[in-house]
Amino acid sequence: MNLAFYLAGAVSVAASLLAVTRRRAIHGLLYFVVSVLSLAVVFFVLGAPFAAALEVIIYAGAIMVLFVFVVMMLNLESGTGKKEGRPFSLRVWLGPAGLSLVLLAELIYIVASGGQGELGGVAIGPKAVGLSLFGKYAVGVELVAFLLLGGIIGAYHLGWHQGKKGS
Amino acid sequence: MLDLLWMVPALPLTGYLILALLGRRLSRSGVAAVGVGSVALSALLSVRVAFSFVSSFHQTPVYVQRLWTWLNAFDFRPSVALRLDALSLVFVLVVTIVGFLIHLYSTEFMAEDEGFRRFFAYLNLFIASMLILVLADNLLVLYLGWEGVGLCSYLLIGFWYKDPANGYAARKAFIITRVGDTALAVGIFVLYVGLGTLEIQGLVDQAAAKWLPGSSAAVAAAALLLGGAIGKSAQLPLQTWLPDAMAGPTPVSALIHAATMVTAGVYLMVRMHGIFELAPVIMIITAVIGALTLLMAGFSALSQVDIKRVLAYSTISQVGYMFLAVGVGAWSAAVFHFLTHACFKALLFLGAGVIILGLDHEHNIFKMGGLRKKVPFVFWTFLAGACSLAALPLVTAGFYSKDLILWAAWSSPGGSAWLWAAGVVGTFLTAAYTFRMVFITFFGPLKSPFQLKPGFRLKAPLLVLAFLSIVAGFLEMPESLGNLPVLSRFLGSVLPGLGGGNIGRQIWLQVFTSGVVLAGISIAYVLFRRRFDETQRFLGTPAPARIDRFFYAGWGMDTLYDRLFVRPVEWLARIDPDDFVDLIFKGIARLNAALHIILARTQTGRLNWYAMGMALGAVILLALAVWL
Amino acid sequence: MTSVDFGTGLTLAAILFVIGLAGVIARRNIIMILLSIEIMMNAAGLAVIVAGARWGQPDGQAVFLFILAVAAAEIAVGLALILRIHHRIKSLDSDDYTQMKG
Repeated sequence: MNLAFYLAGAVSVAASLLAVTRRRAIHGLLYFVVSVLSLAVVFFVLGAPFAAALEVIIYAGAIMVLFVFVVMMLNLESGTGKKEGRPFSLRVWLGPAGLSLVLLAELIYIVASGGQGELGGVAIGPKAVGLSLFGKYAVGVELVAFLLLGGIIGAYHLGWHQGKKGS
Repeated sequence: MLDLLWMVPALPLTGYLILALLGRRLSRSGVAAVGVGSVALSALLSVRVAFSFVSSFHQTPVYVQRLWTWLNAFDFRPSVALRLDALSLVFVLVVTIVGFLIHLYSTEFMAEDEGFRRFFAYLNLFIASMLILVLADNLLVLYLGWEGVGLCSYLLIGFWYKDPANGYAARKAFIITRVGDTALAVGIFVLYVGLGTLEIQGLVDQAAAKWLPGSSAAVAAAALLLGGAIGKSAQLPLQTWLPDAMAGPTPVSALIHAATMVTAGVYLMVRMHGIFELAPVIMIITAVIGALTLLMAGFSALSQVDIKRVLAYSTISQVGYMFLAVGVGAWSAAVFHFLTHACFKALLFLGAGVIILGLDHEHNIFKMGGLRKKVPFVFWTFLAGACSLAALPLVTAGFYSKDLILWAAWSSPGGSAWLWAAGVVGTFLTAAYTFRMVFITFFGPLKSPFQLKPGFRLKAPLLVLAFLSIVAGFLEMPESLGNLPVLSRFLGSVLPGLGGGNIGRQIWLQVFTSGVVLAGISIAYVLFRRRFDETQRFLGTPAPARIDRFFYAGWGMDTLYDRLFVRPVEWLARIDPDDFVDLIFKGIARLNAALHIILARTQTGRLNWYAMGMALGAVILLALAVWL
Repeated sequence: MTSVDFGTGLTLAAILFVIGLAGVIARRNIIMILLSIEIMMNAAGLAVIVAGARWGQPDGQAVFLFILAVAAAEIAVGLALILRIHHRIKSLDSDDYTQMKG
């Protein structure tokens, strides 16, 4: 099963890399969906089937679909976004890539000097997660509810005038 | 009751705070109520405290109230403490009672002024500072009050700040007294370094124990204290600020520059008499300064044209008498003269204020005249004050206090015939210039129309002060005239006693002084009433005119200081506009501006830039966290 | 059954995070920036799951759920904002959003 982990991980990394480097947003989005799906596999391998299911249903199935719909249906990029010209030239990517690599090096250093442990020994099912959520983290669940409510109201209000006068 | 002592300065201070912070919401009568009320309450409280103090006088001649510790640094732990003894009680009563009367007077005098609230706020602050000064138990608290009165003096002289001349006068007063204040500060340092304490009782004890009479430490300390006193009390050579300080409103001149602040120097010296007694040479210098000042100011007062300037030079002269008394070791005599002087000088200023107000802000005495018939109330009260100032024999307070000083100048071990002679000449001059002022202002034809009906609040203080100017003298009857030294016995708990002596000689001297006074009044009558026109013509001829102008200009000291100090400093400032120190400050400012411009460039408004900044920050912080 | 190393899991999360970060800094199209932020959040979620798996507790998945909710809310509001600004200045280039300059 180690192989599944490494394979899915590699797919996820590759898809993410492709996602950030696409010229057209919609391509990037679709690549990201691939990355998310492969990460779901990783979750499953690590013994978190519930999280894997959530990842697919909510992240790939709701959030990214929303994203894709908004980009596709509202035709946001008609006449715009082409100004980016050559987003893949060395000049543009040198700085960010360098910074990111440095950060990566630091993170790996920290991780390597950290603790050891084994993952994926036991599968932790939805029941255990549910008990934990509504037991220990009940307050957190309530807060998340506030947050989602705020998100709904904000998105509704901000999008309200879209069809009308506009601003 | 004694433990309410702290409220005596606290009440006016509260009045100041209320007027300064909330005064804009109060009506005129509200401001007056707060301003006058706080001082009135303070006066009542001081009388009550005085009763308690006097009734327990024999057990506790001194009452110290420690309020809190001010500083706590190494071994230096001064506290904010108030000290009530005979000396401070006298001063407290004078400051609060005379202060109250002047506050009452001001409610009517300043009624039309738009700075009404500001005036009472400053006046309250002044009373509070003066009370802190006289009630101080250690030199640090005294210095606090000292600085406070200096500040209020500046604020009140320049009260009508829209006229730049007033601001100039205020600055002049502040800067000249600053010279004295610096000397006082250094003196405090010397005392602390030499004696290890700043408490008044401690200083007196330690000085007696540690310093020999005439030792250089004592002389240095006494000299510096004298320097401080000279500045605040406008004596030679720092007296030039007081005549110009008359630019302030008349109640201010009455309170600050007649009754209280200018006597702060005298208070300081009397308080620190223990130090001064260890430095006889400084005492001699003090007496000489007092004598010279009283003569110089007396001559100048003879030539003044502005009624307030006559009174200002008169104040300088009378404070010179107090210095003379201090210098010959007659401490109680100086305090007695302070008491009487506060009464009659405040009276004279307040009376002059009514005249000035009634003549629509006319100060020139030669434009006055005939007011005796027009405002008889003001005339009679003013006359009472003038007689007291001139030391009219037997019936006025001024006679008793001045006579005590003259007797001390003649008879005490520190005195000498020269000092006595100077005092006598001064007495003659005082009588002359005082009655010159009276005759020219109140007699003769009416030269300007008088358009004021003085109300109760203007008249009542005049009446009370006139009464005191006559009666206060009976507190200290000399041996030749009844021997009732109430005041000096009271002060004897704090100060060394006055010498008694040869009663026969006393009477001779008193008769002589009385003669001098009457002679002065008569000469004034002849010159300025009977033969007024001839006198004026005489003063117009070249030589007398030059002397007249010399006296008028305060013996040319203003010009001297201008040439000696002001012009060189201005020249230096002109030839050196951009020196090294300036460069440092300008450099700091320019550096700040440059940094600002550089930093402003980092706010590009571009998202990517900000994101990069955050990432960079994260990288650096992680690096620090991991490798440090 | 399987035994993936703790460090390996975290390393994978770190790599994904860093890729997202590079995308945020380098891209100008606002949609792509938002996408890159999503990548970063996903990586964070992975890290949390890995941590939960290491200790064998459901806490990791619980927190992952919270992260998911946050991402959802954020995307919703963020897209609404993008729609508004696009409607106003008709551009999705973040270099045109510089009114807060200086």
